[in-house]
This record gives sequence, structure tokens and C-alpha cells, in this order.
Amino acid sequence: MANEQIIEKIYELIAPLNRKGIELKPDVTFASDLELDSLTVMDLVADIEDEFDIVLPLNLLPELETIEQVADAVEKIINKG
Amino acid sequence: MDLLDKFDSTVALRDSLPFEKADPFKVVMEEIISETEAVIDGRHTILAGTNNYMGMTFNEEAVAAAKEALDNFGTGTTGSRVLNGTYGGHKALEATIAEFYGMEHCMVFSTGYQANLGMISALGGKDDFVIIDADSHASIYDGCSMGNATIVRFRHNDVENMERRLKRLPEDAGKLLVVEGIYSMLGDAAPLKELLEVAKKYGCMTLVDEAHSMGFCGENGRGIAEQLGVEHLVDFYVGTFSKSVGTVGGFAVSSHPKFDVLRLVSRPYIFTASLPPSVVASATKSIEAIKRSGNRRAHLWENARRLHAGLKKAGFHLATPDAQSPIIAVHLPDPMLGTRFWEQLLLEGVYANMAAPPATPSGVFLMRVSVCAQHTTEQIDEIITRFNRTAEKVGLALNP
Repeated sequence: MANEQIIEKIYELIAPLNRKGIELKPDVTFASDLELDSLTVMDLVADIEDEFDIVLPLNLLPELETIEQVADAVEKIINKG
Repeated sequence: MDLLDKFDSTVALRDSLPFEKADPFKVVMEEIISETEAVIDGRHTILAGTNNYMGMTFNEEAVAAAKEALDNFGTGTTGSRVLNGTYGGHKALEATIAEFYGMEHCMVFSTGYQANLGMISALGGKDDFVIIDADSHASIYDGCSMGNATIVRFRHNDVENMERRLKRLPEDAGKLLVVEGIYSMLGDAAPLKELLEVAKKYGCMTLVDEAHSMGFCGENGRGIAEQLGVEHLVDFYVGTFSKSVGTVGGFAVSSHPKFDVLRLVSRPYIFTASLPPSVVASATKSIEAIKRSGNRRAHLWENARRLHAGLKKAGFHLATPDAQSPIIAVHLPDPMLGTRFWEQLLLEGVYANMAAPPATPSGVFLMRVSVCAQHTTEQIDEIITRFNRTAEKVGLALNP
């Protein structure tokens, strides 16, 4: 389970994109729950990268379907530092 | 489990488009009258979407050389470049391109798509980083998926966004920046000077794809890097024969002393048959002709500017503020209107490209026109007139 702070930060970044007003939880998915298209996801990834000052490689994205998976990946990258 | 079921949504989307009299995915060129005209469905049509920028498809020397090569060397090589597929002509073409770019080495691939696949997948190893523009062509994305490097993407043509990402990468890691000179859908040019200077500051090697800028950008037609005077910052160029050169095939050039090793490790170079001798011969003649085609280049730019200005004045919503390339793209508000516009324009006798996601960036819908150096001024004016007539017929609001 990823760090609470990271998850909270990601919720903040998603909030403006959450047009359907879905309740944000760790298991919410970007594609089917939030219905974000690939271009919006790309912008979100860029925002996450800038927020945490990390590189979230394109190769990882297909594996990341839920908010928690993204938060875990971010945490792992930060710790690898 | 039917493996094709996963494409049902694609089929449904296509079926929802209101084509009645023509289908953009089923256009058949029945007769090619010239570089700029064809017969489609019995109609005499101006070609304004063929990427035949320099109008080289009927270049006399290129056609003659191809015929001679057919007679002397046959219809195909039936082999890989690293087996029996390298003829004298392939070596001569590589020498011609290297000279055209003022570089030491050249590798000719069987398509431009494979040139990007072959270069990016071979250069980007397991511990390396490949940094790409978000609006990159599919061949760049596919080259990335094929290799083992970590892929980092930055916002389209955004130097600051790229630099922020480069800063985060390990200083001593292998890094390859891949950008295009002209982006093929909107026809917009890259700020290559800034991009390459920043990339070099962070220790990147650089690859520039000049597929849609070779032939008419820069004094010798090498591309945007030549036009902006930053060729010294380019480690590898990738290009194609299927646009300005008027045939098919791709290439990479470089002055890197170890460049030739790529012939032994680049799978898209090795595991495919080499180009037929006739194609190689016509590409060679065409590139030689392009080099001396200063007037043709000038006329192509006149055509591009005239079309851009004419459509802008008529009130179309253009993708670029000015003509940055021979690609002039017009925004259309939605797929329905876009479909009807494309269909009506074809009935009016103009063939343009209908460009829709995922080929286009930001989900936009475009009518993409590419002009040719062989278009006459009258043809350009005719294209503008027919765009106007089409807008009126399909009810597209213009803002002159």
C-alpha cells in the first residue's frame, strides 16, 4: 500500500479531470472508471512527474491501471532516487 | 474466443461516420495523369494529399534509370542487405545520400518506417534513455517499443518541458533525443535549435527525422536542421524516399565512426529483403535532381504560402499561423462534419487526407493538404475555390 501522502497528492492532480465526480479511491481506474482518454492520461502523467520531480517512463504506463498502482510506482521511483 | 472481437469498437466507430458517396479508406487511384492529377471513381481529380512534395514521381532521369536497372538487374534482390541483397546500386545510393547530407556514412533501409524502427531499437539499449516528443510518428513509438530503453516523453515542441525531464535523468546514462523536423499531421516545424542545444547540454546523442522536410527545407534541401543552421548538433538523420524522393525506402546518415556496426545489429535492416534495384536507381537520380532543384523548392514554398493565405482569408481554421511546410492542415469541428467535408471535396475533384485520431495529436480532426512543387498557381487557386464551395455545401461556418 502506497504512502498516504502520495495518494492524496495524486487525488489532487486528478480532481480537475474528474468530470463525472467519481469518488476517488485507491482502486479507481483511469480508463474505465474515470474515462480518461489517452491524451488526458498523458497530461496527468506529466503533472505527476513534475509534482514529484521524477521520470515515469512510458514503458511502465500499460501496467498502471489504478490510482494505487500509480502511487506505488511513484513511491518506488522516489525511493530508488 | 474470436480474436477479432476486440476491434468491434473500431468497426462501430467507422460505421457511425456518414459516408454516402465515397469512403476515404477505399479510394482507388484508377489513373495517374501526372504528379498532381489522377482519375478517382471516373472523376478527374487534383491530388492535394500525396506527400509528393518535390513532384519527383515522373522525373525523367529517375524513370529512365529505373527502367535500365530493371533490364540489367531484374525485378528484385530476393535477399537481405547482409546476404545477397546489396548490389552496386545500393552502395551508390548510400554514397549519394551521405554526400547530400555532407556526412560520412549512410544505411539504406527498405522503408522509412523501418529506418526509424531500426535506428531507435538498436541505439536505445537496456540501460539507456530515449527521449521523444509526444506527437512523434508511429514509427518512432514503434521503434521505442521494439527496443529495451526507458522511454521518456515530453510535451510537443516544448523545450522547457523537455529540459525538466532531461534534468531528472542520470548524468552518465546513454541518452538519445528523437525529434522530427516537420510534424506530418499539422505541418508544424520543430524549434530544433533550442531542442538540440538543450539536449547536447545534458549529454544526449540526437536523431532528427527529416521525412517531411527533406527536399525543400534548407538551401540544399536537407531539412529543418540545415534551414536553422544546427546540423553540427545532429548525430543521426533519418529520412524516407516515399515523400520528396518519390519512391519508397528509408535511410539513416551519420558521421559517427562506429556507425557501420548498426548493419550487424539492427534487426529491421537485417531481417527483410533489400529494395529492388529499380527503386534504388530512381531514388539515386531523384536525390541528385533534388540537390539542384532550387527553383522547384522556391515554387513549392510559393504554393504552400498561397494556399495557406487563401484558406486563411476565406476563414478556415488553420493548424499553423503561417505556412511552415508544404503541409497545410485545416481544423474541422467534429468527425461528422469532417467526413462530409472530405467526401464533398472529393466530389468537387480535390483529393486531400482526412486525418483523425489516433493519427492526429490532441484528438483533432483535420483536412490535411500537402502541396506539390508541380502544382500550378491555377491549381492552388482551384483548390481554394473548391474548399470554399465544399464549406458552403456541407454548412461549415467560416470566419473570414
